Amino acid sequence: MKFPLAWNRLWAIVLKEFVQMRRDRITFAMMVGIPVMQLILFGFAINTDPKRLPTVVFDASPSAYTRSLVASLENSGYYDVLPPPETVAEAREAMAIGEVQFIVSIPPDFSRQLVRGEKPALLLEADASDPAATGNAISALANLNQSALQHDLKGPLARLGTAPPPFEIRIQRNYNPEGITQYNIVPGLMGTILTMTMIMMTGMAMTRELERGTLENLLAFPVHPLEVMIGKILPYIIVGYIQVTVILVAAYFLFDVPIAGSLPLLLACVLVFLAANLTVGMMFSTIAKSQLQAMQMTFFFFLPSMLLSGFMFPFRGMPHWAQIIGEGLPLTHFLRIVRGIMLKGNGWAETWPNVWPLLVFMGVVMLIGFKRYRKTLD
Amino acid sequence: MNGEYAIDVHGLSKSFGHKRVVNGLSLRVEKGEIYGFLGPNGSGKTTSIRMLCGLLTPDEGSGTCLGFDVRSQSAEIKKQVGYMTQRFSFYEDLSIRENLDFVARLYAMPNRKQTVQAGMEDLGLADRADQLAGTLSGGWKQRLALAACMLHRPRLLLLDEPTAGVDPKARRDFWDEIHRLAGQGISVLVSTHYMDEAARCHRLAYIAYGNLLASGSPEALIAQSGLASFDVKDDDPALAERLRKLPGVQQVVAMGNLYSVSGRDGALIEQGLASLPGLRFERAETGLEQVFIQLMENVQDAPP
Ligand SMILES: Nc1ncnc2c1ncn2[C@@H]1O[C@H](COP(=O)(O)OP(=O)(O)OP(=O)(O)O)[C@@H](O)[C@H]1O
Ligand SMILES: [Mg+2]
Repeated sequence: MKFPLAWNRLWAIVLKEFVQMRRDRITFAMMVGIPVMQLILFGFAINTDPKRLPTVVFDASPSAYTRSLVASLENSGYYDVLPPPETVAEAREAMAIGEVQFIVSIPPDFSRQLVRGEKPALLLEADASDPAATGNAISALANLNQSALQHDLKGPLARLGTAPPPFEIRIQRNYNPEGITQYNIVPGLMGTILTMTMIMMTGMAMTRELERGTLENLLAFPVHPLEVMIGKILPYIIVGYIQVTVILVAAYFLFDVPIAGSLPLLLACVLVFLAANLTVGMMFSTIAKSQLQAMQMTFFFFLPSMLLSGFMFPFRGMPHWAQIIGEGLPLTHFLRIVRGIMLKGNGWAETWPNVWPLLVFMGVVMLIGFKRYRKTLD
Repeated sequence: MNGEYAIDVHGLSKSFGHKRVVNGLSLRVEKGEIYGFLGPNGSGKTTSIRMLCGLLTPDEGSGTCLGFDVRSQSAEIKKQVGYMTQRFSFYEDLSIRENLDFVARLYAMPNRKQTVQAGMEDLGLADRADQLAGTLSGGWKQRLALAACMLHRPRLLLLDEPTAGVDPKARRDFWDEIHRLAGQGISVLVSTHYMDEAARCHRLAYIAYGNLLASGSPEALIAQSGLASFDVKDDDPALAERLRKLPGVQQVVAMGNLYSVSGRDGALIEQGLASLPGLRFERAETGLEQVFIQLMENVQDAPP
C-alpha cells in the first residue's frame, strides 16, 4: 500500500452512497419492506397451529382405557386418527413421505400396568421436521395425559386420575432431534434476510458504477480501493441494523420470542455477520459485469445458505457432506449464535466458537475481493 | 528532462484481444502547452488518454506524466491530473453541487464549500446547483464534467472531447479559460473533432488506426501537407462534379455560396480552373480540415 487510508476520502464515498440510497426510494423501501413482509408471511399467514394432523395408532392392548385415550386424542382437535396400516414399518414409510405426522404405539401390557398404577409408557413418534406443525399437538398431548382417563378411572382407581399422571408419554421426534420450536423461525429469518439483502445491495452497488459508466471517473480519482470498498460497505451496515431492529421488535412484541441472552452481545455478533456478508457482496461485484449478474450470484450463494445452514432443515439431520459445506457458510454460524443468545441465553464463551469462523470467512473473502478489485479499466 | 515536459511518453501500445488499438505512440507535451489530439472515430484517442492517466496499463512503451512514471506511479499522477471522460461519468442521481462536493472531498480540498461554489460560478452552473445531474441537457452535463476536472487545480488536464455538444458561446468561454490556465503554466491535452478548436491549440497530433501520422503546430501541419486551395465563387450544384474531374483536384467542398477546391499541385489546379469559362476563383488559405482529410485518405489508400 503506497498511501494510507484517508478518512476524508472514505467519508466522501460513504456520504455519496447515502445520498444515492436516499434517492433510490424503491430499493430503500425494499430493504425495510422485505423483513416486514417476510415476518408477516412467516408469522401470521403461515399457520403455525395446524389442527387435525394425520395420526395412526397401534394399540397392542386394546381396552376401554385405550379407546378413551384415542377418543380424547381426536377430541383435542390436533389429531386425526386414521385406520392403521399392517405394520409399524409401513406407518414409518408413510411418515417419511409426509402422509402421517404421528405414530402412537401402545405397548401390550399398557392397560394392565395402568390399572396396577405402574405408570406405563406409550410412545409418540412425531414427524418433527416441521416443528411448527407438531409443536402444539405435542403439548396438547401432555394435557391429555392428565384428563383423558379421568372418566374411566373410577372407584378404587380414582386415585390414579389425580396428579401425578397415570401414564407416561415418551415422545420421539423423528428427523429433528433438536426438537426446534417455532421460536426458531424469527431468529432464523433475521439471518436469511440479512444474507440476501446485504449481499445483493453491495453486489449491485459496485457493478452499478461499472454499468452506468461512473467507474471510469471513480478510478481516475486518487482514491484507494480499500477506501472505496469500506466506504460502500459502511452505509449498508446501518441499513442492516435497521433491518435487525425491525425484526427484533417484531419478534419480541408480535411473536413473543424471548431474548434470553444479552442484547448487546447479539448486536455485536450481528455486526460481524453483516460485515461478512457485505464482503461477499463486494467480492461478487468485482466479478460480476452487470447488476443482473450480481443478483444472480447473490441467489447462487443465498440458496445453499438457506438450505444448508440449518434454517430450512435441521443441521444435524443433513448428510455429512452437506454439513461440511454448511460449516463454511456464515449463515450457519449466525443461526447458531442467534438461537443460542435469544433462546438459550448463551453468553460470550458459548458464542465465540461460532464467531471466529465468521471472522476467518470475512478475512478470506475480503482478501479475494481486494485482489480482484479493478484498479484499471483493462 | 522530466522537468520540461508535462507528458513525455514513447512507444505506448495497447491491444484489445488481437486488435492493436494504439501502436507505438510517442508524445511530448510541454509545460503550459495546449496540445490538440485529433483523429477519426476509433483511432485510439480515448485509449491513449486512458493510458496516460493510469486507467489502462500499456502493453508496451513507457514514459512520464508530470514526471511520474505512467506504469508505476499512477496514484501520484491521479492526484495532479484532471481527466474529463468522453462519456459523461458523474452520478446522475446526485445534484451538481453534490457531485462537485464529492470530487472536492476526494481531493481533500481545503475550503471545500467555497471551492465548489467558485467552480460552479466559473461555468455558469450556480443557478442549477441543486438540479440532479441526470436531468441536465447534454451541454450542461459537459460543463459539470469540466467544472469537476478543474476543481482541484490540476497541473495537467486530459480532456477527451470536452466541448462535444456545447454551444458556441460556451465553447469560446471554455477555450478562453483553457488559454488562461495555460498562461498559468497548466498543460492541456485535448482531443477534439472541431477544426476551429484544433486551430486554437499550440500543437497538434493526428492519429489514425492507432498510428501517429503527423504532429506539429497548425501552421507547420498546413505547410507540411503541401496543399494548395482555391475558392470558387459559384453555387451551381452541377459544378461540383465538374470541379472534381479537373486534373490535380483532390478535395471539393461545397460551402454555402462557394466551393473550396484543393490538391497538391496548385499550378495544375489553377490551369484547370482557368479552362472553365466564366469561373470566378481565387487562391485561398488551406485549412486544417483539408489537411486532416488528406491524411485520412492517404491511410485509407494504404492501410497499415
Ligand atoms: N475496452 C475495450 N475493449 C475492446 N475494444 C476496445 C475497448 N476500448 C476501445 N476499444 C476499441 O479500440 C478502438 C479505439 O477506441 P478509442 O475509444 O480509443 O477511439 P477514439 O479515438 O477515442 O474514438 P472516438 O473519436 O470515436 O472517441 C476502437 O476500435 C474500439 O472499438
Ligand atoms: Mg474517444
